[in-house]
Amino acid sequence: MRKTVIPFGPQHPVLPEPIHLKLTVEDERIVEAVPALGYVHRGLERLVDVRDFHQMIQVVERVCGICSMIHAHCYCMGIEELMAVEAPPRAQFLRVIWSEVHRIQSHLLWLGLFADSFGFESLFMQFWRIRERIMDISETTTGNRVIVSVNVIGGVRRDLDAEQLRWLLTQLDWVEEEVRRLEATMLEDYTVKRRTVGKGVLTREQAYELGAVGPTARGSGVSQDARQTRYAVYGELHFEPVVETDGDCYARSKVRFRETLASIELIRRAIQRMPAGEVRTKIKGKDNPRGETVCRVEQPRGELLYYFKGSGEKTLDRVRIRTPTFANIPPLLVMLPGMYLSDVPVVTLSIDPCISCTER
Amino acid sequence: MFKMTSNIMRNLVVKKSTRRYPVEVREPFDKVRGELVNDIDRCIFCGTCAVKCPSQCIEVDKQAYKWNYDPFACVYCGVCVDICPAKSLYQKTQYRKPVGERLTISMQGKPRKKAKIKDKDPDQETEKEPREEKETPGDPPAT
Repeated sequence: MRKTVIPFGPQHPVLPEPIHLKLTVEDERIVEAVPALGYVHRGLERLVDVRDFHQMIQVVERVCGICSMIHAHCYCMGIEELMAVEAPPRAQFLRVIWSEVHRIQSHLLWLGLFADSFGFESLFMQFWRIRERIMDISETTTGNRVIVSVNVIGGVRRDLDAEQLRWLLTQLDWVEEEVRRLEATMLEDYTVKRRTVGKGVLTREQAYELGAVGPTARGSGVSQDARQTRYAVYGELHFEPVVETDGDCYARSKVRFRETLASIELIRRAIQRMPAGEVRTKIKGKDNPRGETVCRVEQPRGELLYYFKGSGEKTLDRVRIRTPTFANIPPLLVMLPGMYLSDVPVVTLSIDPCISCTER
Repeated sequence: MFKMTSNIMRNLVVKKSTRRYPVEVREPFDKVRGELVNDIDRCIFCGTCAVKCPSQCIEVDKQAYKWNYDPFACVYCGVCVDICPAKSLYQKTQYRKPVGERLTISMQGKPRKKAKIKDKDPDQETEKEPREEKETPGDPPAT
């Protein structure tokens, strides 16, 4: 049969960020997908030459517009390791709380966009309405809505008092109630299932071999989550990864939906166990990071890896950032062949592509 | 099949989630990092904010006692507010209003310090306590 090449992106109504997929189609079925990246490259890693290692916190936060807290968390953990300082326990708990707040808002954003990708506009609005409350939590507790800027080397800049924590818990109760109200629609509705079940299947073996990370891997039955490495205080919170086995778009949306609820539970546990005390270790002005290290954390999209190299100067020699979407693009190219052209938006969105992260 | 129906019916009776924005504006939350303001009478022109700023949107002219700030390059992270030794910088809870043209805020202060701080490295100053301002305002800068 004659083959046709159809470009998908970089501008497409369902894509929040620019990625270009060159789709070879036979009739209406995809036979091959070739990605092209490079539309939002900003060269943030290069800024390490001109900004000192404290100023880089604000730079790495801008790698990703959605999970800034988790990037800064990873960066600060790595630098703290190089400088042999440790953040106080209360600061570690606060970092985990804000990281999970970011995970909730990222998943709610994705669930809305995913609903939008198969044309369920009202479900999209419902998810984003809940997300707005999470943004309010961010704004009240950290000072900013998205790029929160609360991390510093050696701790956090803000503390939460008892009243704020109580308020946070009541807001989380509201969020959980509202998210559960949408559970039947997102996971059991006939029309939703028709568009997601059996679409873009990634088997467990493929997910493992192609190096899928995050909900893409966990939706295929690979029980892998960087939080299992017990960084920060996840070890004390009895964290369990959310795993589904079907490997299709439905399984991936189910993983994210369940993770949203799991994150709410993690925040509750963290607030319960949070010790009192300092939130910031004082760093001496003349200490600079020296040596090499690798640090990895779990972002909403999967595993995030930072490599650091410092030689005792104010500026680091190298910061290398490997983001989860970079790892999830090869699995996407395996999911697409065999799909109808009309399913491409749903399947592409199911890996939660964050292109700004990937290109930095 | 009709899983969304109960939500739709509920939305007919519950409060609206949106507000008519330009007419109704929500009160800002406490501790929100909004517009950056310099209380120029307290500023000692040490230049620490300019050195520490991640987006390098502040310029301090120590000789001329000038504090220049580009609000459109500012990322409102609040680092300068945290480290200001004279506590002259603070942030309002309101965000800056949109404007039609780019502008730079330039503030002219009065000399408050003698020459002793001029030649010091600004980084070292951050470790010290906020300086007491003993000199009377209006002292000419000794050179």
